[in-house]
Amino acid sequence: MTASVEAKYPQAAALAAAPAASEKQWPDQVYDVLKAAGISHMSYVPDAGHTTLIRRFSADPEVVTNVLTTEEEGIAIAAGAWLGGKRSVVLMQSSGVGNCINMLSLPVQARFPLLVLVTMRGEWAEFNPWQVPMGQATEASLKAIGLRVLRAETGPDLVETVAQAALMAFDADQQIAVLIGQRLLGKKKW
Amino acid sequence: MNLPTMDRRVAVKKLLDARDGALVVTGLGSPSYDVHAAGDRNDNYYLWGAMGGAALIGLGLAQAQPGKRVMVITGDGEQLMAFGSLATISVARPKNLDLIVLDNQHFGETGMQSSHTGKGIGFDKVAAACGFSKTAELRSLEEIDTLCEELRRPADGPRLFVLKITAENLPRSLPPRDAVEVKNRFRAHLGFATC
Repeated sequence: MTASVEAKYPQAAALAAAPAASEKQWPDQVYDVLKAAGISHMSYVPDAGHTTLIRRFSADPEVVTNVLTTEEEGIAIAAGAWLGGKRSVVLMQSSGVGNCINMLSLPVQARFPLLVLVTMRGEWAEFNPWQVPMGQATEASLKAIGLRVLRAETGPDLVETVAQAALMAFDADQQIAVLIGQRLLGKKKW
Repeated sequence: MNLPTMDRRVAVKKLLDARDGALVVTGLGSPSYDVHAAGDRNDNYYLWGAMGGAALIGLGLAQAQPGKRVMVITGDGEQLMAFGSLATISVARPKNLDLIVLDNQHFGETGMQSSHTGKGIGFDKVAAACGFSKTAELRSLEEIDTLCEELRRPADGPRLFVLKITAENLPRSLPPRDAVEVKNRFRAHLGFATC
């Protein structure tokens, strides 16, 4: 982290240094680290695993939020936000990653900072077989188009991973997806 | 039935001459060439790809820069790939975002195959149904002069204007293809560092 960024977002360094997140607290702590990283813009296609983040960002008067019709919209919106000086995060489920592939050529080719949080389906206690193909292809697809892919399987690991991914995205011009393991999210209740 | 159409380069030049500080985002292909032909500037953001991204880059930019007007200039084919964006933009309801669809009713870059807009799909009507604050279809350069006046007035929400242009392949005026450079100079125009 550069001195200027540290000065601008003083909490980021502290939060990046391994906060102790319990399994219950991680959604609120992910919100806290994103805020500390200077995120003031968010776009999403809903997923149950993103419920807390969507609720907290939507209630935050300092954050502009967009609900999307399809996930690739968020990739383009995030690029526009960066052009205009805002740091944006995109929330989606793994099934939406496939929708994004060609649009990801924009941040990859123009080197726009990009931070995407992906809740995983089709990989752990999945009862819906239709979720499995894209779930299994998610990481390979993202890597194929040129994103850096990180994964977390526990709450504390996710909080730490998101904090440092935000730093890498916005301070090092990287395009990063953080995959949130289905094992962490738990079995979908019907 | 052949309805009148207008010269795309002249129409775009008129809009840009009257831009009055507006930030401009262009859709890939001929709209990028049209805007570049009117004069390369740091406050133009040209796309060479990411089809379907122009209007949404415009939305993110408009939300990040609420004090500036953002004008997206794109083609019917590019906007067709972002059909759902009209719903997303309408719900977001930026008051500083104008979409200009240069509609020749064809996919001009790929051999002039006919597009949906020549077969009954009117983006002005779609945007109106989505709830845009103002929409219209224009067919003459005289109407562009009126549009330039309209665009100077404050809006209650996003606006979309379809410009029916002549289907022709004009000499290309190629914007820079270094996407990082175009991004950085655009941000520098707004006073932002590269990273």
